[in-house]
Amino acid sequence: MNWSKFFAMGGYAVYVWSSYGLAAVVLFLNIYLPLHRRKKVRRLLREFLRLKEQTR
Amino acid sequence: MHKYASPKFFYSLAGRMTPWLGGVTALLLLSGLYLGLFVAPPDYQQGESYRIMFIHVPAAWMSMFVYMLMAGSGAVALVWNIKLAEIFASCSAPIGASFTFLALVTGSLWGKPMWGTWWVWDARLTSELILFFLYIGYMALEASIDDPRRAARASAILALVGVVNIPVIHFSVQWWNTLHQPASVSKMGVPTIATSMLIPLLLMALAFTVYFFVAVLIRMRNDILERERHTGWVAQMLESKP
Amino acid sequence: MPNLIKAIVCLFRRDLTVALRRSTDILTPLVFFTIVVSLFPLGLGPEPSVLRTIAPGVIWVAALLATMLSLNRLFANDYADGTLEQMALAPYPLTVLVLVKIASHWALTGLPLVLISPLLALQMHLPESAISTLIFTLLLGTPVLSLLGAVGAALTLGLRGGGVLVSLLVLPLYTPVLIFGAGAVAGVVADIDIQAHYSLLGAFLVLALTFAPWAAAAALRVSLD
Repeated sequence: MNWSKFFAMGGYAVYVWSSYGLAAVVLFLNIYLPLHRRKKVRRLLREFLRLKEQTR
Repeated sequence: MHKYASPKFFYSLAGRMTPWLGGVTALLLLSGLYLGLFVAPPDYQQGESYRIMFIHVPAAWMSMFVYMLMAGSGAVALVWNIKLAEIFASCSAPIGASFTFLALVTGSLWGKPMWGTWWVWDARLTSELILFFLYIGYMALEASIDDPRRAARASAILALVGVVNIPVIHFSVQWWNTLHQPASVSKMGVPTIATSMLIPLLLMALAFTVYFFVAVLIRMRNDILERERHTGWVAQMLESKP
Repeated sequence: MPNLIKAIVCLFRRDLTVALRRSTDILTPLVFFTIVVSLFPLGLGPEPSVLRTIAPGVIWVAALLATMLSLNRLFANDYADGTLEQMALAPYPLTVLVLVKIASHWALTGLPLVLISPLLALQMHLPESAISTLIFTLLLGTPVLSLLGAVGAALTLGLRGGGVLVSLLVLPLYTPVLIFGAGAVAGVVADIDIQAHYSLLGAFLVLALTFAPWAAAAALRVSLD
């Protein structure tokens, strides 16, 4: 397997790898961002429930 | 039926499903990428650059598919008042928009070595661009309305109006394109598909589809937590898991 | 249902009267239309052959933008003073009332655009043979713009950032009308048969007349709740 030939993609390396790279970024962000937000939501909701308990 | 429409049930079901679906996505992605990048031969006309197709085409398919789902679940939300349908539509939009964006940029990257310009007003890319605007409009409308109920119903109407218009827009842009294109340049060159290219293409399409459901389920769980924050089951759940 | 025809006529006349009192609301889109078209020679140079080429597209796009500007006048004023809610509660189908409002809106917005378009066509050196096509296609197209715009205006009723938001929602939907409307005018200049253009514009009008008032009424109910 000639790796340098593979990465060169027949001279189109920039185009091909940018495309695959962007796809990777998009796929990553659409999972990572909601997971990150999940942590934040849980933290905020726990605060909210604590306050609700206190002011009961 | 009623049980499935309950946010609490859906929340736990989604939580259990996402790891499995994630695994399936990874398998499909790996096999699609392997076959597409290593096994499929270079194209006679386009050489190696056609491999962008394995990203561009599935992304374009997903952009349309997700919009249909958004419109469909919007209709369900309007007619039967099912909260989960509202949440599904709302959570699908950013994912669909990012697929559209991906399709546009990869389309541009595919076109540049072929046609020499970064942007080509061919029928498919132009339709995709308009679809992107439709997604942005949908998300902007939803973001502008504070009341979640009004936001969901207004967006649903907009999505339905959009979905009816999409075939009209496609047809019009197609017509416009054939009229204005010089004879030599035609559409974005999808190479004549050999089986060795078709299989990775379908695998990638399938991978993106399952991926979409993983992504939307994660988003939906966040939304459900926020919406249901006043309920007992959410309180209980948050207490038990620190 | 008390006399529907009477209600329709009454609403139509009332809308016209109210709008004519606020004549700036009517004149502003018209002036905007004129100014926008005039900007192009300023931006591109006065070369007649260039202007002739871009004229169909420029005039049509300017018409689209001018219609967008005028959309807030469709429901916003009635919403602000409570008349719209009364209309929703009235014993008449809201779809019909909305259609009447759109008709009166078009009569004072779209129709003036159509009437002034020959002047702008001459400014842009559009050949005289194309001017009648311009008028007829605008005549078919501007109602569709008002009809689709009504749905957008109904969805964004009372929202902050309403004007720009409506544009964002509705402009993508306008593209088919733009393509065939401007295409017809350009086609006449290039001596191409434009029967298909007219048929499609007509079809768009029929489709819009059938669905847009209903969608706009549904959107109004969502916004009024």
